[in-house]
Amino acid sequence: MVEKSGNIVIENVSKYFDQADGSVLTALDGVNLNIKPGSFVSLIGPSGCGKTTLLRAIAGLNCADKGNIFLDNELIKGPSYERGFAFQQANLYPWLNIEKNISFGLRARGIYKEKKEDVKEYIEMVGLKGFEKSYPHQLSGGMNQRASLARALVGHPKVLLLDEPFGALDAFTRMNMQDEILRIWKQQNMTMIMVTHDVDEAVYLSDQVVVMTPRPAKIEKIIDIELSRPRARGNHDFLNYRTKILKILNYAGTNKEPEFYL
Amino acid sequence: MIRKQAKKISFIISWLLAVLVELMVENDVTQPEANEPYYLYLLGIVGVIIIVCYLGSFFKNNISKKLDDYLQKKAPLFAGGILLINIINIVCSKLALLPVLFFPSLDRIFGALVNDRVLLGECILASAKLLLIGFLIGGITGFFTGILIGFNKVAAYWINPLTKVIGPIPPTSWSPLVLSIFSTSYQAAIFMVALSVWFPITVMTSNGISNVNQTFFEVAETVGASKRYQIFKVGIPAAMPNVFLGLFYATTGAFVTLVTAEMFGCKSGIGWYLNWQKSMMLYANVYAGLIVLAVLCNLIIKILFKVRTGLLGWQKGVIKW
Repeated sequence: MVEKSGNIVIENVSKYFDQADGSVLTALDGVNLNIKPGSFVSLIGPSGCGKTTLLRAIAGLNCADKGNIFLDNELIKGPSYERGFAFQQANLYPWLNIEKNISFGLRARGIYKEKKEDVKEYIEMVGLKGFEKSYPHQLSGGMNQRASLARALVGHPKVLLLDEPFGALDAFTRMNMQDEILRIWKQQNMTMIMVTHDVDEAVYLSDQVVVMTPRPAKIEKIIDIELSRPRARGNHDFLNYRTKILKILNYAGTNKEPEFYL
Repeated sequence: MIRKQAKKISFIISWLLAVLVELMVENDVTQPEANEPYYLYLLGIVGVIIIVCYLGSFFKNNISKKLDDYLQKKAPLFAGGILLINIINIVCSKLALLPVLFFPSLDRIFGALVNDRVLLGECILASAKLLLIGFLIGGITGFFTGILIGFNKVAAYWINPLTKVIGPIPPTSWSPLVLSIFSTSYQAAIFMVALSVWFPITVMTSNGISNVNQTFFEVAETVGASKRYQIFKVGIPAAMPNVFLGLFYATTGAFVTLVTAEMFGCKSGIGWYLNWQKSMMLYANVYAGLIVLAVLCNLIIKILFKVRTGLLGWQKGVIKW
């Protein structure tokens, strides 16, 4: 057994954006976080609190202005296939069929021939067998989203970053996808970090839920979800966690209006 | 059902009308005679096509079914086309309402197509050659300029204003300059055609690339694609629909330029032919040349459409054309 990899260390990360009116928006203000290898962590908080900014910084898509992020003690300088990213929208290339979309990264790295079997395996894993030759516009949103998951996974990343990957899906597809992501997580034994607006989703999936505050964007609280898996959504403990997070969110929100309704 | 049949029959009625007018009404005396009734021959050919198509559409097989659908869809359009020619025939030949020198009879126009077929054929080849060379040079340079502008900020900063200044100037208005720079007028003509192709392709390509969904590049980055790979496998394919749009603009632009460019000292080509016949006041031949030009332009557009359908089949479900 190899030593578990996929440890993310976030040290004092700040990120600023210049506003149109000349002022500077602090998107992240000195965030510190240590994510254990192989764990499932959710980032939750009101919109505009910098969750996605943090996730994108881990991916290397936009670099932090201050502070460092490490993956297994290695400083993150830019995007890499070691940190797979599942976007809010599937964002499949419409000119490529499903098979070519999923194998895009392997082809780009010139290792497609050796990893052909992997592509097949992942297509099967996300339940798209038989649709290899289909184009994205011929499939449903859920199928496209699964294909984009397979695309992020097929390169064997150490960490999978999920940016509200199920936000665009209907409630039922969403719940199915959550189970699917859990299955993949267990099977692949990789670190997963997910940004979500959905408290249920966070409690259902995560080992830890990181609750963030809006402006200045900081980590408000980290809650360990100590529920056995598989979890039941209606269970008493489950609801307790849910209420606890919602309370923090209301407390954390600067608005009088709560972000989430019960 | 009756409506469908009426649509189909409209073509025949319009055709019969045209034949009747041509046979029953004498040409105006001021309209010079043609050596053969070429217009009637043409109507005869159309008649044969009508008979073959309509008989063909009555059977119960697949081809018949397709033919029947096609006729139902297109028959009114064909009927309208024949009606238009019929009206032109009445106005120009039968009543001579317009000056006969500038508006010759249809017999003489179609006659020019037949009698000048060898010369016209040579002209088509010469024009096609000029067009092909100009299109290749302008198209390839335009494509690469567009890619450069689309991906390189420095290139965009310096080249974009240049295209904005040069672009709107009609390529043919460079002729005094171009004719003095190039040693032969043929080279000058190629340059002007190339220029007229270069501009739309450059603009549409760079536009296409800068409008590519940025997440497409981010996706490529997170799965380990190099910058080069992103340009060739994400940027360019995503910009292809726009490139083709540029090609369509370029084709019509190239034809306009071609006709003018060939007037400067070229010894062959459709533009030269038109100019020469016009200077000899042979307007029937001018119209014949125009017909050839229109058919040629449409043919090229049709080929481009076919290529695009083959290349951009994925677009069918994404964008409606």
